[in-house]
Amino acid sequence: MKIFIQNLKKFRFLFWELVKKDIKLKYRSSILGVFWTLLEPLLTMIVLTLVFSNLLGKGDDNFPVYILCGRLLYGFFSNGTKVALKSVRKHGSMIGKVYVPKYMYPLSAVVSNYIMFIISLLVLAGVMVFEKVPLTWYIFQAFIPMIIILIMTMGVGLVLSTYNVFFRDLEYLWTVACMLIMYTCAIFYKVENLKNPGNEWIFKCNPLYSLIVLFRDAVFGRSFENDMYHLWFSLIFSIVIFMLGVFVFWRKQDKFILYV
Amino acid sequence: MEENKDETVVAVNPEAETISEKSGEKTEAEQKEGTTVTDPAKDGEETAGSAGEPAPGEEVPEKPKKKKKKKKKIKKKKKLPPKVIVTENLGVRFRIQEQKVDNLKEYFVRLIKRRLNYKDFWALREVNLKIRKGDRVGILGLNGAGKSTLLKCIAGVLKPTEGTVTVKGNIVPLLELGAGFDKDYTGAENIYFYGSMLGYSRAFIKERFNDIVEFSELGSFINVPVKNYSSGMKARLGFSIATVVEPEILILDEVLSVGDAKFRKKSSKRLEKMMKKGVTVLFVSHSSDQVLANCNKAIILDHGRVIASGKAEKICAKYEEMLQ
Repeated sequence: MKIFIQNLKKFRFLFWELVKKDIKLKYRSSILGVFWTLLEPLLTMIVLTLVFSNLLGKGDDNFPVYILCGRLLYGFFSNGTKVALKSVRKHGSMIGKVYVPKYMYPLSAVVSNYIMFIISLLVLAGVMVFEKVPLTWYIFQAFIPMIIILIMTMGVGLVLSTYNVFFRDLEYLWTVACMLIMYTCAIFYKVENLKNPGNEWIFKCNPLYSLIVLFRDAVFGRSFENDMYHLWFSLIFSIVIFMLGVFVFWRKQDKFILYV
Repeated sequence: MEENKDETVVAVNPEAETISEKSGEKTEAEQKEGTTVTDPAKDGEETAGSAGEPAPGEEVPEKPKKKKKKKKKIKKKKKLPPKVIVTENLGVRFRIQEQKVDNLKEYFVRLIKRRLNYKDFWALREVNLKIRKGDRVGILGLNGAGKSTLLKCIAGVLKPTEGTVTVKGNIVPLLELGAGFDKDYTGAENIYFYGSMLGYSRAFIKERFNDIVEFSELGSFINVPVKNYSSGMKARLGFSIATVVEPEILILDEVLSVGDAKFRKKSSKRLEKMMKKGVTVLFVSHSSDQVLANCNKAIILDHGRVIASGKAEKICAKYEEMLQ
């Protein structure tokens, strides 16, 4: 435990250097650069609004904002886990040469995506102003799903990065899994408007859906009272998966160097 | 397995050192013994006339003699520098799979068919080393002897299968050219990045930034992405960063072999300067000339075992013999 804290202190510069590197290099050779982080969710939202605007019905939450909430959170989860999954293999050469606590790689990948996620919230703010969605004090509740999703992404990222070292095709399997998760996140439709009402249990099993529900509550000015199930479910799931990720990573990390 | 009895590098019996040091020193007790030796002479003179029998009325000062004899056991131990790297019974085993299995489908198929076969390969076996501060140890051996594996264990990158490695001090490993570098980053950015990998803050590296650039002689190429560097440039940059940060233990794995004569001279000079400051250096090389030039002690590894260790000249000669 003592060594763990010593290492944290010694390598804290490295952690932030890794985060900086991910952000700097992502858009270095592109024209738009960091603006792409803002542009991408905006463009997706426009496309989805144009295509699905009649799915939502009248008198309900503002559609573009509704889409954006789900899209941004899902986007962070999907990108964060994908980058974390590849991170250990990507830095394989470094693992074999310099001693660096290996958990730095997936965690810094998730954190760099988190920073980009926070920057993209500017788009959400902009669209809210544009669509004249009222801002209430409930917006501060948004911190809760934002923190929970960080913990969940880190946990899932740790598990995936561990097993990706041993099984290279995990990357493709996870892409398919992410697609499945996206469709069960109700990003561009409402669960109540589904044709087969008996399928609601699927959504109750998806922790990301819970987080999106909470986030929407905060944005549209509703309290969490009605959605306490979602709050507890996502919180417990995130903590469990994080502990699982740490455990699995810790157990297997000594073998990375043999496979990477 | 012959373990050389040269105590300073491989000391199985720490008392052996004291025995070797004892001989050259004049200790307090010995000086006292000198005085006791003269006393009986005095007595002898006084009692010369009576053929050894003490004259009546004269005291024979025997008791003080006995006290001084007991003090004979106090030895002044010559202070050796503290041990910086200690490996005890170090062993590393690799499980080599007969077939390459790196995706889920293959793994499960073979698991079910019970066809997952392994072969054990001991890269290192029963390695006992005690390296002291300020030693420059050269590691010689043929390809596949286990040199890089040993360095990786000491650097903390590879966990040993058996035995322990204890390292006291700040390690800077240079195990490969451009190991800590990211290919898309420029040289300058990589300096900060590699520095942070070794555990140094940005401010610390900034102070020494100009020194690093000067030593590496890269000039304006420092702002070019590292993927466009030649291997010599990468070696120069890596070496200059590693040596400027004033490590306590420096590990060099055949990095100095890449580089022109000018670079070799420069790096030798720098290493000498560092040695005077008491930096411990582990140096792997295939050329005994380099080892002779840079090291004071050396070991030879063969098939994972230490077959010889001791002073650099002796070991290099032995290594040359082995090669014939």
